[in-house]
Amino acid sequence: MSIFIDASTRLVVQGITGRDGSFHTSQMIEYGTQVVAGVTPGKGGQTFEAEDGTLVPIFNTVDRAVRETGANASVIYVPPAFASGAIMEAADAGVDLVVAITEGIAVQDMTRAYAFVQDRGTRLLGPNCPGAISPGKAKIGIIPGEITTPGPVGVISRSGTLTYEAVAQLTAAGIGQTTCVGIGGDPIIGTNFIDCLAAFKEDPDTEAIVVIGEIGGTDEQDAARWIRENLDLPVVGFIAGQTAPPGRTMGHAGAIISGSAGTAEEKMRTFEENGIAVAKRPVDIVSLVQNGLRT
Amino acid sequence: MDIHEYQAKELFRAAGLPVPPDEVATTAEEAEAIARRLGGTVVVKAQVHTGGRGKAGGVKLASTPAEAKEHASRILGMTIKDLTVQKVLVTPAEDIANEAYVGVLIDRSSQAPMFMVSPEGGVDIEEVAETNPEAIRKLRVDPRYGLLPHQALWLADFLYEDPSLVKQASKMMTQLYQAFRSNGCSLAEINPLIVTPGGEVKAIDAKVSIDENELHRLPAVEAYRDTDAEPWAETRAREASLSFVKLEGDVGCCVNGAGLAMATMDLVKYYGGEPANFLDIGGSSNPDKVVAALEIITGDPNVKAILFNIFGGITRCDDVANGIVEATKRIDIKPPIVIRLTGTNDKEALEILEAAGFSADTSMDRVVERAVELAASA
Repeated sequence: MSIFIDASTRLVVQGITGRDGSFHTSQMIEYGTQVVAGVTPGKGGQTFEAEDGTLVPIFNTVDRAVRETGANASVIYVPPAFASGAIMEAADAGVDLVVAITEGIAVQDMTRAYAFVQDRGTRLLGPNCPGAISPGKAKIGIIPGEITTPGPVGVISRSGTLTYEAVAQLTAAGIGQTTCVGIGGDPIIGTNFIDCLAAFKEDPDTEAIVVIGEIGGTDEQDAARWIRENLDLPVVGFIAGQTAPPGRTMGHAGAIISGSAGTAEEKMRTFEENGIAVAKRPVDIVSLVQNGLRT
Repeated sequence: MDIHEYQAKELFRAAGLPVPPDEVATTAEEAEAIARRLGGTVVVKAQVHTGGRGKAGGVKLASTPAEAKEHASRILGMTIKDLTVQKVLVTPAEDIANEAYVGVLIDRSSQAPMFMVSPEGGVDIEEVAETNPEAIRKLRVDPRYGLLPHQALWLADFLYEDPSLVKQASKMMTQLYQAFRSNGCSLAEINPLIVTPGGEVKAIDAKVSIDENELHRLPAVEAYRDTDAEPWAETRAREASLSFVKLEGDVGCCVNGAGLAMATMDLVKYYGGEPANFLDIGGSSNPDKVVAALEIITGDPNVKAILFNIFGGITRCDDVANGIVEATKRIDIKPPIVIRLTGTNDKEALEILEAAGFSADTSMDRVVERAVELAASA
């Protein structure tokens, strides 16, 4: 099993003709994802040809793509100025899941888009995230497929390449994953750690979970308390940014220590207080997961 | 992006908020002339992107133009939290009967703008939140409807008893939200919001942070960027679309991805070193970006070793390798470079690097440990 996406996911790609959209559409198709439609306003009726020769019909609107192809998930590779509009369009078209890869969306735009998707009951993943992959089944987004392998561990992370680092090390050690989810590095994101943890809790194949957080906000602390009260699986945590100075944005718009709140130290302490095994280095995640799976 | 108090006050005035008049001076003589024009007692305030100006001696009362000149000459050029004061604001001193706090910011946990008001003004609101949380009233604003009139009144009603003051403050809440919304703010704060002995409510200090992602559609706000107030390296990094933060250590770091960049800095510390910077070259791997990154890192005289940590995905390792080789041709790089590359096109990258006399490893831990050793023995 897996969470959020699997072999039955039917994906529409918003921004399929753009540079990133076209490249990653080919990558997703190569991985085995069912990409059933693309959307680029003004290019409806044309066809996108993936690198392996697969043909994908292009529509002007997400609504049309959903009605004609039965798409139930969307991925967004649209430039930041149009991305919050694209999120709301996908929610209106009735897909169950919207994955927003775009980085650089204005945060006030996101507050409105977030309220909009909440009202429609759509799950939004991201923005500013690498997407999700259920190894061996499907991937939505940009996570390199070859670093993952099927297995019993769920991975949730606010980061992109740091997730790849951790997942590649798990895979190299022979530990596979049910689903790896990048929730995104922005201050306003659609799906948080707890949403993912709750989904993994319902997945019978997930036997351990890795939570990769970073400085800024309280999402990790909230997740830690939720884990103690609700989850009976071993959880390994890692927090990036122990050496980050306060008041500075560390690449991700959401990675900022405000005043004295949101430090790595505070998050690691909260993890430990709530029974989560804290990895000091990325490489330690592997041995802690091995310990967890043994018990 | 943080902007100066005088710029924040311009935005507030444009939204209709009552802000006393002021002028900016870059010399003591200008400050004197402004004080003469304004008449009466004035305040001379350092314009730097940090709090704690008063404690550092950067805010002074002056009862005469000569005194304003004297204060300005002391404040201009002074250093507050590593920032040199290049401008002072001169504004009339207000008589204060009451001080309150009003702020609106993007609240991550409620995923929306949040107002915070408190009758305890003129002090750090974080401190009030810790010591006396009942003294703060909070309101989540639905971003689709904005601040509704009854909500503005509800906030103002927490600050004052006098209906005239409540009415004035309520209007100011609406104006502040307007300024916050139309200027793409992540924070807009009035601290203190004062009441004069004559019963007027005014904003006498202003703090605003702008969401960087809004600036492309707000050219007038982008023009507030004070590149003189930021280090050269940060200007250069922004122009090259790199995320960069200078730190105090001696191991220069060049990494793709913000999370991995932070984890790399942390690992430097774990092995007993100190990172010299945070630097994320981002997803695309244009060799020019790598050249810019090396220029910035080598521009820091503290750097004794340079560490590359690249996990190829969208970033192609061969592009990064080409950038490193290109940079060594264009600029003179003295500190030793240690390189970790793994992922997309790492074999091609290794060939490029070896042909140019470099080596590379695939283990993050080994490379970080090596960089720390090299920095320590330099």
